Amino acid sequence: MRDLILRNRAFAGALAMFLVLFLGYHALHPRGFSTAVFIQNANESVAIAFVAMAQTIPVLMGGLDLSVGAVMTLANCIASHLVTGSPVQMVLGMIVTLACGTAFGLMNGLIVVYGRIQPIIATLATGAIAIGLALIIRPSPGGEIDGDLNWAVTNAVFDFAETYGLADDGNAAWLQPFVNIPVPLIILLVIGFGVWIPFKRTVTGRTVYAIGSAESAAFMSGLPVRRAKIAAFTLAGFFASCGGLYLAIQTSSGNADVSQAGAYTLNSIAAVVLGGSSLLGGIGGAIGSLVGAGILRVISFYFRILSIDPLLQPLIEGLVLLVAVSLGALRTLRVKNRLELFR
Amino acid sequence: MTPFARLSPENRPIAIAAIFVVVIVLFGTVYTLSTQGTAPMLSPGYLLQQLQIGSFLGICAAGMMVVILLGHIDLSVPWTLTAAAMMATTVGGPWAIPTGLAVGLLVGLLNGFGVAYLRIPSMIFTLGVDSVLRGLMVAHTGGFAPQTTASPLMRFLAADRIAGIPVAIFVWAGVSLVIAGILTRTGLGKAIYATGAKEGAAYLSGIRTRGVIVAAFVISALCASTAGVLLAGYSAKAYQGMGNAFLLPAIAAVVLGGTHILGGRGRYAGTLVGVILIVFLNSVLSIMQMPEAFRQIIYGVVIVGMLLVYGREGGSRT
Repeated sequence: MRDLILRNRAFAGALAMFLVLFLGYHALHPRGFSTAVFIQNANESVAIAFVAMAQTIPVLMGGLDLSVGAVMTLANCIASHLVTGSPVQMVLGMIVTLACGTAFGLMNGLIVVYGRIQPIIATLATGAIAIGLALIIRPSPGGEIDGDLNWAVTNAVFDFAETYGLADDGNAAWLQPFVNIPVPLIILLVIGFGVWIPFKRTVTGRTVYAIGSAESAAFMSGLPVRRAKIAAFTLAGFFASCGGLYLAIQTSSGNADVSQAGAYTLNSIAAVVLGGSSLLGGIGGAIGSLVGAGILRVISFYFRILSIDPLLQPLIEGLVLLVAVSLGALRTLRVKNRLELFR
Repeated sequence: MTPFARLSPENRPIAIAAIFVVVIVLFGTVYTLSTQGTAPMLSPGYLLQQLQIGSFLGICAAGMMVVILLGHIDLSVPWTLTAAAMMATTVGGPWAIPTGLAVGLLVGLLNGFGVAYLRIPSMIFTLGVDSVLRGLMVAHTGGFAPQTTASPLMRFLAADRIAGIPVAIFVWAGVSLVIAGILTRTGLGKAIYATGAKEGAAYLSGIRTRGVIVAAFVISALCASTAGVLLAGYSAKAYQGMGNAFLLPAIAAVVLGGTHILGGRGRYAGTLVGVILIVFLNSVLSIMQMPEAFRQIIYGVVIVGMLLVYGREGGSRT
């Protein structure tokens, strides 16, 4: 156990920081530790958490995906047209939405690998394309999402079961231990662990880490460098579109907001760093970014319960971000050979 | 790519980008000739006006280029620009411009300290500085557009003309001369290229790389604040979010001009051509009254397409 924590020091630190912030929030909240507040928190964190997981994979490779916010927005706009009608149509709509985002990520990967353009600049350009497409699909905010679906996935397990008449309308005895868990949290954890952990254990996933540590060494060792790069960006597109799909269901609408897309991209980088991944690549993981996104969100929740002047909020958010990333600088004090500071 | 194959890796993108600028102007002219029967894109007055608007982007891109040559990036440009403009209009009078530049100097020193001494990746540190500056300005102005106005000198520098040529273009030319001079004729310039190519090697060769990084971030922030002071003079006031439209175009201009995003390679002439390319591309798209959606798509396609034409990068697995 002690070994496990030492090996994942950054992740453990992030988790501890999140738990302290989160428990502190609920302790201070007048209706803290209640299902309602918990559900609300979970709902507001899903989109950024997915986008942060999307950002993690290119970052692990030593790259960066500046299009994640834009792909999320694109998926959001597609979903706002398709996720309505009969259950079959809705499921098809969700699949099409996720497929579009994944295909966009695949395109990013192909441009980076076969066009040999640096990821940061290639995704900067494709991000503009994604925003353009989103604006064509939804020139003004709006759209329609099935009301039952919206209710079912943005509430607790009980409401989900009741809406769809599962498990005796949510009254079945075996379901009782779980009834108060927010559905968004389950979606996040199932997709996060269900996709990321198996991917990480494949050769392709290992290669993503290897590329981040030393690309030439990975290539010399015969690892599938190209395949890993394409897979990393494709998976980033998938996670980003999950975020967009959830945002569409949650808000019952699509909105091609350029500045919102930019904010999600930048926050995703911050969440990845807070979650213990290194921007130089090779260290970290998507689960850490999940926690990092949680930290970012909880900080903004605090403004609701503490009577802080709203005009000071952006300043405090910025300072917290700056201080949190500066904590990572403490490692420079441990470095004995100054040459190790330069990559 | 036969005619370009003989050019060096630094010059080939510049030549291709210059040709593309000509293509854009010709295309715009053909379009206006066929729809309205006039050719505004070829009139000197129109071109000068476009360059006047482009000078703000040009100055931002000049500073951004110095940082990108180091393999770093400065994401704090938008709010450095806005903060300089807001503080300059707040102070007003003869001290307006020095105040704006002082803001830039402080931000540059802070960025440089974080990146060079604390060794925080520039991507995340400058992002944090950007949000802190945004917070400071929101607290300073109360979240509204400030009521203060630009000083007469700021208005002169940004909006007036000398002998028919906008003064802003002279300012841009002045900044360009200084940056190009630093990069090609001073020890600092050589040190920037060396540090960007391989920091460890530069350090072992006796270059004080941390000082070089701080200097580069100071140059970038000074350029951003100059652009902010000018832009405030051009619009006669400062406003929230006035810098947001400059970050990504500035990076795009630098990269389209052939500067390598990982540092160490690039010429200032390229950045100049890159800025002109983006300014003219924008003006053709607005002449064609292209909706925002298609402008974004064209913008992205042009960047990817140009970089593909520049030739695939050789050293992806060095």
